[in-house]
Amino acid sequence: MATKTEDYLGITDYKVIGTRPIRHDGVDKVVGRAKYGADIDMAGMLHGAVVRSPHAHARIESIDTSKAEALAGVKAVITVEDLPLQEDKIEDLGEGAANLRHLRANVLADGKVLYHGHAVAAVAATDIHTAQEAVDLIDVEYEVLQPVLTVQEAMEEDAPLLLEDQTTQSLGEDTGQKSNVCTHFRHELGDVEKGFAEAELVIEREFDTATVHQGYIEPQNATALWAADDQITVWCSTQGAFTVREQTAQILDVPVSQVKVVPMEIGGGFGGKIRIYLEPLAAILSRQTGRPVKMVMSRTEVLQATGPTAGSYIKCKMGIDKAGKIIAAYAYMAYESGGFPGSWAAPGAMCIFAPYNIPNVLIDGYEVLVNKPQTMAYRAPGATNAAFASETIIDEICEQLDVDPLEFRLNNSAREGTRRADGPVYPRIGNEECVKTALSSEHYATQLSGKNRGRGIASGFWFNVGLKSSAAASVNSDGTVSLVEGSTDIGGTRTSIAMQLAEVLGIRAEDVKPQVADTDSIGDTDVTGGSRTTFATGWAAYQCALDIKEQLIKRAAKLWEISADDVVFDDGTFSSSDSSKTISFKDLAGMLDEIGGPVMGRATVNPSGVGGAFAVMIVDIEVDTETGKVEILRVSMIQDAGKAVYPSYVEGQMQGGVAQGIGWALNEEYAYNGDGLLANASLLDYRMPTCLDLPMIETHIVEVPNPGHPYGVRGVGEVPIVPPAAAVANAIYDAVGVRMTNLPMSPAEVLKALWAKNGGTGTA
Amino acid sequence: MNAFDYAAPQSVDEAISLLSAGNGNIGMLAGGTDLIAQLKEGRKIDLMIDLKQIPEATALSFDEDSGLSIGAATPCSKIYSYDVVQSRYPALVDCTSLIGSIQIQNRGTVGGNFCNASPAADTPPAVIVLGGTCRIAGPNGTREVAAEDFFTGPGQSVLQSGEFLVSIQVPTPAANSGAFFLRFIPRNEMDIAVANAAASVVLDSDKTTIQEARVAIGAVAPTPLLIADAGAALVGKAVDDEDAIEAACAASRAAARPISDMRGTIEQRIHLSGVLTRRAIQGAIQRAKES
Repeated sequence: MATKTEDYLGITDYKVIGTRPIRHDGVDKVVGRAKYGADIDMAGMLHGAVVRSPHAHARIESIDTSKAEALAGVKAVITVEDLPLQEDKIEDLGEGAANLRHLRANVLADGKVLYHGHAVAAVAATDIHTAQEAVDLIDVEYEVLQPVLTVQEAMEEDAPLLLEDQTTQSLGEDTGQKSNVCTHFRHELGDVEKGFAEAELVIEREFDTATVHQGYIEPQNATALWAADDQITVWCSTQGAFTVREQTAQILDVPVSQVKVVPMEIGGGFGGKIRIYLEPLAAILSRQTGRPVKMVMSRTEVLQATGPTAGSYIKCKMGIDKAGKIIAAYAYMAYESGGFPGSWAAPGAMCIFAPYNIPNVLIDGYEVLVNKPQTMAYRAPGATNAAFASETIIDEICEQLDVDPLEFRLNNSAREGTRRADGPVYPRIGNEECVKTALSSEHYATQLSGKNRGRGIASGFWFNVGLKSSAAASVNSDGTVSLVEGSTDIGGTRTSIAMQLAEVLGIRAEDVKPQVADTDSIGDTDVTGGSRTTFATGWAAYQCALDIKEQLIKRAAKLWEISADDVVFDDGTFSSSDSSKTISFKDLAGMLDEIGGPVMGRATVNPSGVGGAFAVMIVDIEVDTETGKVEILRVSMIQDAGKAVYPSYVEGQMQGGVAQGIGWALNEEYAYNGDGLLANASLLDYRMPTCLDLPMIETHIVEVPNPGHPYGVRGVGEVPIVPPAAAVANAIYDAVGVRMTNLPMSPAEVLKALWAKNGGTGTA
Repeated sequence: MNAFDYAAPQSVDEAISLLSAGNGNIGMLAGGTDLIAQLKEGRKIDLMIDLKQIPEATALSFDEDSGLSIGAATPCSKIYSYDVVQSRYPALVDCTSLIGSIQIQNRGTVGGNFCNASPAADTPPAVIVLGGTCRIAGPNGTREVAAEDFFTGPGQSVLQSGEFLVSIQVPTPAANSGAFFLRFIPRNEMDIAVANAAASVVLDSDKTTIQEARVAIGAVAPTPLLIADAGAALVGKAVDDEDAIEAACAASRAAARPISDMRGTIEQRIHLSGVLTRRAIQGAIQRAKES
């Protein structure tokens, strides 16, 4: 498989890549010394708090801040009036986009509140208790409006409108029609009607999935200092310091150079820490008081008011010919945008049939406003919902055809040259290899026995993204290299990026000192998201190392007084082409002062050859038919990583994705009451799985090199969350014979399905 | 969180004095796992009385004649680590070892679980089926209330102004007896019961017939419920009498009057009342057989 193609170098004997060195940030994180946003303390620092809407949908009639302002210790109170006005302008966030007018109205409500917990005002006080007391003293009068909580309700013609000037963009045209449907798009491949007409077997089902949250451990936080010279510094927890800088500068209406964003260590993001919430509030409060202002969300605020990912309604239909080939597929995908426009059906539509070679496909996607927080990315956003629909139908097809679900997937697999319905033609991909690995796995070969037990299979796809990354590195006189990059480190990327630099220079990973820098200290780097960081910032580090290598070759030539063309660099050693002279990287580094001074490398990249990530999951479960509870017995995740730079991190991503996917499958949901109020805004009742709910998740890393990366790297972070919901649903069917079409498949829902199948309410 | 006064009385009498002198807006602190969370969520108090310096409130002792005494401020982990509890009161291990995390179990108390009076509390059903009583101190002295009579509604108990719960007394288990507690939660830990149940049985000397039985269920009514009809259905019946066990389950289902909320639906909870009653009875019989 190690053939050089396009950008892929075809290296087979890596020295650093593929190993598992001790991570550079490990000790600080283990001993608790690593600095997170909530650790920030400064002289004179004020504490901010936010007034939030108690209603899901209401018009703000008045805001009276006078009592709060009169409270001793309160230094400033702000509302949307304190934020500069914004025109409609779309800002790309790296993963998702935002209309600035909406972003402003999201950080502080402008005339209307659109979800329970929507920020209405903010205060700064000398301590957090005073700030919270001040919040209670702000009187807001509302005209309460009817909330709209599902896409089906929101799409009805007479549905209450969230944004009264919102019209539907359909197939690229503004229809002028006032609606909660912001966008309707379509992907078409072949002739789907003809395909279904020719099909021997057609299955169509409808699916509902709940709104779910990423559940990162660290709440959003921001500390801002607006200095007297109008330089603004923001310390925060983000997946992308540069997107925070861009959004904050736009909302504050100042040039980007006036804002410096210092990314602190980050306690998880999963797509949820890209949009800004607190940063402009802390900045304005700081400007009004002349003091640094720190704001940290509570867990309740995180759940109520930061972007969860979209719930959805999906109608999916697939047609199979006599040979067992999928010849037609249709999907109607309506996804929640939340209170402001967003687009998560779009990536869902790119993934829904992606593991298969299907000649005739039609996909209609709808992005729909509902009275929930503006939805945000969550690990392969949109794809889990999509795969829940398509992979459940595939399972039903396999059952009806009486074929092995993995053989069926192999028989219908997408491969190099397959065109996806949304346009792209695949380069070399690893879907077949994943399916084959699943087929030959010990797990699949092991018979599952026992009452009410079942096995489920599902595939998943995520397209991955490239985007901008920058890296700079300086050679130290002791032979180490200090690396500066702009990707906030969520999954160990400092190390996986440093390893790609070390590989070029023939030094150890431990000899690289990686550092994540602020926005004044490194070139523009897009978010840690889209499974791009090890791929793209790793590529920047690789380029940066090549830059250093070229400079050091010249220095060796200078040292030896020969032509640079006569210097060879291999495995950490420079030598003259006649082999008469050699010098190690370390020794040369120690001599730089004498032969021209310091050496720095730099690189910026914007690569597009992202490859694409495929995964297959096998899950064994047992259903307690008296309670409806599903126990996960065994899970295997098989995923194409292209090349696993740091295998433990790849395994960690696979296990983390599966854990989150199983949570989504079984218990996680935003529980709204009839008034649209979020009833479970705590981690007690928003039930993510704990370690006691999951077995050890077995991982199989498949390596089909990505032709679009020097080391064959594919993004790995997102695809493992795609198959779990469908795999668990298929396992439940195998165990007890009920097809679950709604997420989550909670005990109450499984019980209901069992009662519907078996009659009555069961026996005690 | 608002400012409040804090006092750590050294005796029951001192605590009673503090309670009498206060304005009534008082928080009693045992482990604090409910109280401190409530304060953070906006509950306002003027005085916090910490019970942990009062010997009677932190004692954990057993006497063959008087049974087990659990001070109201004794943390769960201390209870389930106590060898007498492990050997004689396994149902108390069942309930105290599944509340929250280990950190919570190191702070949280049975007394606090009672006084917080959540309908879904996990310790009351076990204490009820074991015949436990609540020892309450007040300005007029000490009184004892059966565990099943302690609760009057969600968050409400028989505690009057000026009174506090000192300890919970649990009688010595009879020979050939067994008790069992379980709950249903969607996850495997760290959750609030959708429904819970406990049962205790006393068997005859050859361990084939049920002589006494008590069943209690929780999270399916405003308070934990002692299901007298469930116990009565079992008395005099063989340990393998499926009809009798089903009658007990039916009694639990009939007594349950749950609500629907984000933790469970009415029909699910009624159904689970029966399922858990059966499992609790079977567990209790098994333990009695092994006793």
